[in-house]
Parts: sequence; structure tokens; C-alpha cells
Amino acid sequence: MTPDQESLTDSDINRAVVRIAHEILERNRGADNLVLLGIPRRGVPLARRIAAAMSGIEGREVPAGALDVGMYRDDLRLRPTVALHPTVIPGGDITGKTVVLVDDVLFSGRTTRAAMDALSGAGRPRAVQLAVLVDRGHRDLPIRADYVGKNLPTSRDDDVQVTLTETDGTDAVRLVRAGGN
Amino acid sequence: MRHLLSTQDVTQSEALAILDTARELAQVADRPVKKLPTLRGRTVVNLFFEDSTRTRISFEAAAKRLSADVINFSAKGSSLSKGESLKDTALTLQAMGADAVVIRHQASGAAHRLANSDWIHGAVINAGDGTHEHPTQALLDAYTMRDHLRDGQGSLEGLNVVIVGDVLHSRVARSNVWLLDTLGADVTLVAPPTLLPVGVGQWPCRISYDLDEAIVKADVVMMLRVQMERMNAAFFPSAREYSRRYGLDVPRMSSLPDHAIVMHPGPMNRGMEIAADVADADRSVILDQVTNGVHIRMAVLYLLMGGQEA
Repeated sequence: MTPDQESLTDSDINRAVVRIAHEILERNRGADNLVLLGIPRRGVPLARRIAAAMSGIEGREVPAGALDVGMYRDDLRLRPTVALHPTVIPGGDITGKTVVLVDDVLFSGRTTRAAMDALSGAGRPRAVQLAVLVDRGHRDLPIRADYVGKNLPTSRDDDVQVTLTETDGTDAVRLVRAGGN
Repeated sequence: MRHLLSTQDVTQSEALAILDTARELAQVADRPVKKLPTLRGRTVVNLFFEDSTRTRISFEAAAKRLSADVINFSAKGSSLSKGESLKDTALTLQAMGADAVVIRHQASGAAHRLANSDWIHGAVINAGDGTHEHPTQALLDAYTMRDHLRDGQGSLEGLNVVIVGDVLHSRVARSNVWLLDTLGADVTLVAPPTLLPVGVGQWPCRISYDLDEAIVKADVVMMLRVQMERMNAAFFPSAREYSRRYGLDVPRMSSLPDHAIVMHPGPMNRGMEIAADVADADRSVILDQVTNGVHIRMAVLYLLMGGQEA
């Protein structure tokens, strides 16, 4: 398992987080009414990092939470039951807010679809945007990210492995080619 | 886990998974839309051979919050009252495509029979079989204890639980004894000797005949209903004597530690096993038990039906 040249190091991830923070602020003209919601597991620490970077730039607290999508997936019957993760909505309500969903890898788009269903159960946001650390292509659904840390060309059978300090001890993105070792 | 028949079959990690799942699902009750799409297109049959209101509507609410279709099948006014056998009823339900069957039956072992036959393929959930078991009640009791006394996390290691009353006829007591033992709690049963079953000495709990002594160190006191409908003999001299020795009244409640909670599976006989003022006291969590029952049943339905077909 040799890391390919496309993979991200810890400093690449840092730069991507800071750039996404700037892009979110630029596009939304500041942090008014913004809420970042990470999708468990690795979207949650990513959302916290982006929110912290935004707080640093704006000089005010940007709220970050978590949105579990397990109960909204369309592939529930194809896999064993998954453990549920906490959902944390900062301020308790997202109605009228601009929600930025944060995930580590965008692949088929099915997780994002489930997240949008989960959001509609939690209120009526004014707008929903999507930020991902890695977009690896191969969408099954008409879904596109608004903020992308890195576009990673992959084949369908490759494996993209994201590790983060908070969940795995180290920061890295590795692309493991199918059939390679 | 494919069925939920008895708390004796549930391991500690399975029990904790159910409690943790219920805790996440409890949050849904606070959202604007109190419904999840998880079991859309699945059918849950409530098969009730014995009268029950709270358990049936609790299961019904749980299934509906997960978007399952619910069919209620009760003994009164159905072919069951015309003498149809459990087997034929089960085959009918299978033919209708039931994905899960919640069964309450007056015969101990009915749920087990249903699960281990090849009459139906879906999950079987025991909602009370005779004087045997009532596993979801024990799970919601454990959830309520954990919520009030353990901050909603971890096991019940070292928790001192006193269960009082008609243990002989109580499936709630049986299911609780096994589950609480699995979760690490210390259980004491308090009852008149006539209301303890044969072989209770082999259960993983202590036995006492003195309520006043037992409750001094209790974290939880669970009062059982005196089940007059199952009593066909004289188990105690009079209701008044029972109430005085084994009922929870206000003076007795005041000898409980400050943090201790009072539980009752319902329906209550106010003035018999529990005084009205005790049932309505701040430390009584009887209505929390009802609320938590929906969360626990959602968790059980999700864990048994939410994933891949076994």
C-alpha cells in the first residue's frame, strides 16, 4: 500500500480547510446565519476545523454541529444495521439558516442525498451548501459540491482512505488503487 | 440478533447497543418532524392475544415513527376468538408479508414457538408471554435507570435495584432480573413467600421479605402490579395487609436515599402496591418509563428490521 502522488498530507489538509473557510465566507458575504453540520464520522471534526478557521478570520464564533444520516440512507437493507451517531444542531433549529454540510469524501452522492432528507426533518434551512475534503467523482445522483478541498481522479474500484487526528490519530488522505497492494 | 424473545438471550454489548440507539432516537422526538423514513415499505404486525393498551400503542407509535406500516391484530373480534390456532394465524400473517411480528400471548413460550417454527420468516418480538418474559419493558426500565442515575451512558454496574411485589406472576420482574444482572446491577426481590416462584433461588439476585430493610440503600425501587386477574388462589390474607407490608406509601418513601427513583410498569393499583401520593411524587419516573418505551421499541425495531435480511 504505497501512497500515490495524489494523496494529501497533513499540511495539504490544513491548507484545504483554510481555503474552504475563506470560500464559504466569500460566497456568503460573511458568517451571518451560517451553520456548519458535519456528517459522521469524519465530517464532524472537519466541520469543527472549518468553523474554527472561519471564526479566526471573522473574529466571531461560527457554530458547527453534526448530522447523522444513518436512518435516512437508501441502502439500509443492503448492509447490516449501522450504529447511530449523535446529531447536534447548534441553537436547536436550522430554520432560516444557511447550512453548509461537511463530509470527508464525495463519491456516489447518496450520503449527501440522505443528509438533505435528514435536514428537512430538522427544519427548513434557507439554503444548503456542500463542502467536501475530497471529490473522487463517479456520482450516481445529480449532486455537486460547492467547496472542494481536492479533486481526486479515481476509478470506481479504488479506495480513498481519509484519516483525521480526532478520529484516527493522524491527518492524511491516501488513494489505494484497485488491484494494487 | 434476529428476534427479541427473552432478556436471557441478550448480551451486554447487545443491550448497550439497544440503549445507545434508543438514546439517539429519543432526539427525534424534539425535532419538528418526528418521523424517520427508515422502515418505509416494511410491515409490522401487532399480534395481541391478550388485552394491552400501553404496550400495543407504544409499539404502534414506535413503528409509525420509523414509517413502517402497522397492522393491529387483536384477539377480540377476530378469527382468534373463533378458535383459530397460533399456527394458522401465523401462516396468514406470513402470506400477507409481515416483516416483523410483535406478539403478546397469555401462554408462556408463545413468542418462542412462533420464532422457532418455519411459519413466518420475519423478526419476532416478544411483547409479553404469560408469566414468562417482557423484554422491551425491561429494556425501557434499564434505559430509564441509566438516564436518571448514570447520565444516560455505560452500564448499570453497582446500581442497587429493589423489585417489590408479585414476582410469581410478573414477566416484568423476570425480564428485569436477567437484563439488570447482564448490565451489572445488583437486584433484590422483595415479596411475600407465596408470591415468589419455585426456583427463584437460582436467579441472579437476592431475596428479602422485609421491604423497610431493603429500601434503605436502594437506588431504584420498582413496584410490581398485584395481578388479581392471574390469581386463582389466596396468596395473601388481605389487600390491606399486603399494602401495609409490601406497598410503597409516603412514610416508607421518605426512608429512601435522596437520589433514589420510584418505578412502576403500569397499570397501577393506586392505594394497593403504591400510594397515590408516591405515584405522583417528584422521584416517581413512571411517565418517563412510558416515553422511553417508544424510544426503546424504535431501537429494537430498527436493529431487528433496519439492516440486511438475515
